[in-house]
Amino acid sequence: MDHHGEPLEGLGPQAADPLIWAGLDVVVVLLLLVAALAHAAGLWAARSRSPWPRHRSLLFYLGLICAAAGLLGPIPAAAHSSFTAHMLGHLFLGMVAPVLLVRSAPVTLALRALPVHAARVLTRVLRSPGVRVVSHPITAGALNAGGLWLLYTTDLYQVMHVSPLAYAVVHLHIFAAGYLFTASVVGVDPDPHRASMPMRSAVLILFIAAHSALAKWLYAHPPQGVETGDGQAGAQLMYYGGDAVDLAVLVLLFAGWYSATRPRAAPRPVLSRG
Amino acid sequence: MRTPSDAPSARRIVLSGVLFGCGIAASMIDLFIFHLALQWHHFYDLSTTEVALTADGFFHAFGWFITIWGLFLLADIRRRAAVPWTRWTGAVLTGVGFFQLLDGVLSHKVLGIHQIRYGVDLFLYDLAWIGSAVALLLIGLLILRRTRPAQVPA
Repeated sequence: MDHHGEPLEGLGPQAADPLIWAGLDVVVVLLLLVAALAHAAGLWAARSRSPWPRHRSLLFYLGLICAAAGLLGPIPAAAHSSFTAHMLGHLFLGMVAPVLLVRSAPVTLALRALPVHAARVLTRVLRSPGVRVVSHPITAGALNAGGLWLLYTTDLYQVMHVSPLAYAVVHLHIFAAGYLFTASVVGVDPDPHRASMPMRSAVLILFIAAHSALAKWLYAHPPQGVETGDGQAGAQLMYYGGDAVDLAVLVLLFAGWYSATRPRAAPRPVLSRG
Repeated sequence: MRTPSDAPSARRIVLSGVLFGCGIAASMIDLFIFHLALQWHHFYDLSTTEVALTADGFFHAFGWFITIWGLFLLADIRRRAAVPWTRWTGAVLTGVGFFQLLDGVLSHKVLGIHQIRYGVDLFLYDLAWIGSAVALLLIGLLILRRTRPAQVPA
């Protein structure tokens, strides 16, 4: 024990066994690899079907890269001491990666690639009441925004840097809630109970409002242990970065409406006259 | 310039323009010019209460929503019929003017949520803000009046 009596020295990634933190990184790498390989395997298994749009595969791999940027390498390393870096990683993991992955239609690919029986099981799971409730815009939006408020207005932000378990749970939640929410508002995968356009619009407005209000609140009240300048830079990044992604989601929402309300090519001919 | 009235799309042209006008006034003129470029009133005025902050969040979200909504509405009208561009422009000006007037009178003066800028005499700023809003609103309404579609006898 060689702690030089500094009481705060323990508060850092060193507080827990470094091996556990390294183990967490290994798990993340494995998960990302499995996802990347699963997509490739899906393409292979569905190769006899009509060709899978290339842009969807591009979106999928870009999404994985963004998730990786939020979880591994320089950004999360800097995030241990910098709130701004934390927010950048958070933006990648919780907003950019989910949008890219949702728009890559992973469930559609899975349904094409899986054997009939397995595909039926997947469909049944997606139709189950539990999934139905969790993937409703209101639930997904509440999980997403609520998680953020919890993270930044309680001690969770501090605890997360000391406890690998809390760190893992928080990051899993950020990603999963981001994905669920994005899928519920602008998903392209089959959704047997997609919410109406007014419902999705209202929830998206609520979410953008909650997100920007939290960013402004953080500007004045950074989490404990975060310096004022760092807190302000991080809050601005959250505000404007979040805005950029939210704008993209708004465009996707209306683009969906635009193609769904496409007018018929020609008016129906009059069949008979009196 | 009178075109035969096609009621739903005629009303939607005005709706699209006014939505887009209000939207750009809220999310572009306000956000980009006054918050980002000039930094006159900042994205967080420390004098604001938490309630105003939430209201600001809604206002912000709504601004972007109606901007995009107005544009997609326009795209939808365009793929169905020819767009009367002058009328649409009039509707946009009406939207910008209406919004700036509402902001200048209601949030700056009546509610006092935030001011155009701080630490200076506001009279000229308010005069320019509210005056330009009224001018834009009047020009927009005038264009709308001059381009209104001919009435179809009922």
